[in-house]
Amino acid sequence: MTTPTTKGGFLAVFFSTFYSKRAKPLIHFLSMLIMTFIGLLMLTFVIGRMMPTDPVIAVIGDKAPEELYEKTYKEMGLDKPIVVQFVYYLGGVLQGDLGTSVRTANLVTEDILNYFPATLELATLATIFGVLLGVPIGVLAAVKQNKWPDYLVRFFGLIGHSAPIFWLAMMGIVLFYQHLDWVAAPEGRLSVMYEYTLPKVTNMVLIDTMLAGDWDAFKDAFAHIILPASLLSYYSIAYLSRMTRSFMLDQLKQEYVITARVKGVSETAIIWRHALGNAWVPLITVIALTYATLLEGSVLTEIVFSWPGLGRYITDGLLAADMNAVLGGTIVVGLVFILLNLTSDLLYKVFDPRAR
Amino acid sequence: MTELKSWLLAENPDSRAQASLGRAYLGWRRFFCNPLAMIGFVIVTALLLMAIFAPYIAPEGITSGLTGAELKEHRFQPPSAEHWFGTDGQANDIFSRIVMGSRITLIIVGIVIFTAPILGFIIGTVSGYFGGWIDVVLMRITDVFLAFPKLVLALALAAALGRGLESAIFAIAITSWPAYARLARAETLTIRKTDYLAAARLQGAGHWRLISGHIMPLCLSSLIVRVTLDMAGIILTAAGLGFLGLGAQPPTPEWGAMIAEGRDYILSYWWLATFPGLAIFVVALGFNFLGDGLRDVLDPKSGGQH
Repeated sequence: MTTPTTKGGFLAVFFSTFYSKRAKPLIHFLSMLIMTFIGLLMLTFVIGRMMPTDPVIAVIGDKAPEELYEKTYKEMGLDKPIVVQFVYYLGGVLQGDLGTSVRTANLVTEDILNYFPATLELATLATIFGVLLGVPIGVLAAVKQNKWPDYLVRFFGLIGHSAPIFWLAMMGIVLFYQHLDWVAAPEGRLSVMYEYTLPKVTNMVLIDTMLAGDWDAFKDAFAHIILPASLLSYYSIAYLSRMTRSFMLDQLKQEYVITARVKGVSETAIIWRHALGNAWVPLITVIALTYATLLEGSVLTEIVFSWPGLGRYITDGLLAADMNAVLGGTIVVGLVFILLNLTSDLLYKVFDPRAR
Repeated sequence: MTELKSWLLAENPDSRAQASLGRAYLGWRRFFCNPLAMIGFVIVTALLLMAIFAPYIAPEGITSGLTGAELKEHRFQPPSAEHWFGTDGQANDIFSRIVMGSRITLIIVGIVIFTAPILGFIIGTVSGYFGGWIDVVLMRITDVFLAFPKLVLALALAAALGRGLESAIFAIAITSWPAYARLARAETLTIRKTDYLAAARLQGAGHWRLISGHIMPLCLSSLIVRVTLDMAGIILTAAGLGFLGLGAQPPTPEWGAMIAEGRDYILSYWWLATFPGLAIFVVALGFNFLGDGLRDVLDPKSGGQH
């Protein structure tokens, strides 16, 4: 940093401190986060206003007298300019106020706290499966480039990109539940006998059963989650293996690999330590993106498995014309998605010195 | 035949037409050597033919029109010679409904690929060409849209606009343009500073002529590849919205909605959901294969790499 000599030097110092190379990705991250989130809220606000139903009647009912209507209309701020209404809405959301759900009669925020852990659990397990399988498969495909394992991985990936997940889920139920009887019935997260005895701590059943030390319940929970999580992970495996393959191909072409070979480093060490070690940098960002996509993809999976997650909450809200629930759910999924998206961007810049 | 071939592959073509025909011929040959691309081509052509001649192919109508005792007798029939894919709860022939439904799938894909990529294309090339604050503003808007969860947003939009095919199409189109804008901008940036563009500018070409006549045609091939690869995604999103009951409404034979109808009976009458799903799968696979093959032909830079 240079010492300012001219007028207005203070501003220059101020900005250069904040805009130093190290802070730049963080500043970009924060500004993008704020902008995208406000953009999301603008959209949900507009969607909420597009509804054909009268918001006042939704609150007081259509039998209410004229004066009450007028009063509520003013109380809800509907006589104010649209920009002011948006600011009110923004303020409400930032304080965690997403309105009340017509269907469950609870605060939407409370409902979401109940439903979200189920989605999180499903998507997290699917991501773990995806990384554990997708990365080694991708490495194998890169090492055996243009040989049959490579073609097999590509083919497997294309199939993963072509099957509708809700259909795959139903086929999975027919095969693994009805015919093979390997997994539990596709009806929620636990069998009824454990449902009400389990103390709710994190609201993620695998963790809660473990914390309670109830291993029978844990087994039951596992039998419920394994099929939806595996099906969901198929997509992340397909995507991660393809990306790993392409990153590994880039690395294996580098000169340091040749140097290592010349020095007599074993091929295993070159592939798994040297090349994969460097491929992890872009891979982390891809994993974060996959996680975001899986959170979204679980919406359709949850419907088929009667999984009490956010996707189910949103769609149940849709069918009941419960707009607060739908928009609240959209905001939460959107926020998590945006956060993961931008975090992957940030991680890339932090881990890869060239991107700074 | 050999004469035509040597004319097409001449090292010093006499005219521009000969040169471009020669290139097209080479691309065509590469495309046809790729078995997966050929499979994709056949599937997509079959889908087109099926949609065009749907009323002649389908043995029965969309609905059976049966009621009472007749309905009870003919519903939930397993696949047989008479009903290839069985019948559903309204005694409708599932095979006929799938054939007729191909039209809906094509309508959705057709409208989306003629709106979203064009919008994204214009925004991207303008943004990349002019640079400066126009670029900053347009790209920030694009980033904001890009960071949204597509399906959930389409869900909320379709819910607000009311259930129906139009809302589903609009929701998919409005959530899919940003990727094309990004692509078009990146391509524009690489050719913005080239000499031939400077030459065209010196000859007095205006901004719009440069963009529409010199930049857009060069971005087109990568855009086509991208659109073909995205078609599978569009079909899957549309089917997802249909499955959730937000797309086309019954008795319209939309494939996703048909799977939703079969969901309640999946353990007793498996064919209700299986065949529409298979149709979606085959068509999406066809578009994916086709897109993969097209990428190898039109976009040699990334061929076989990803």
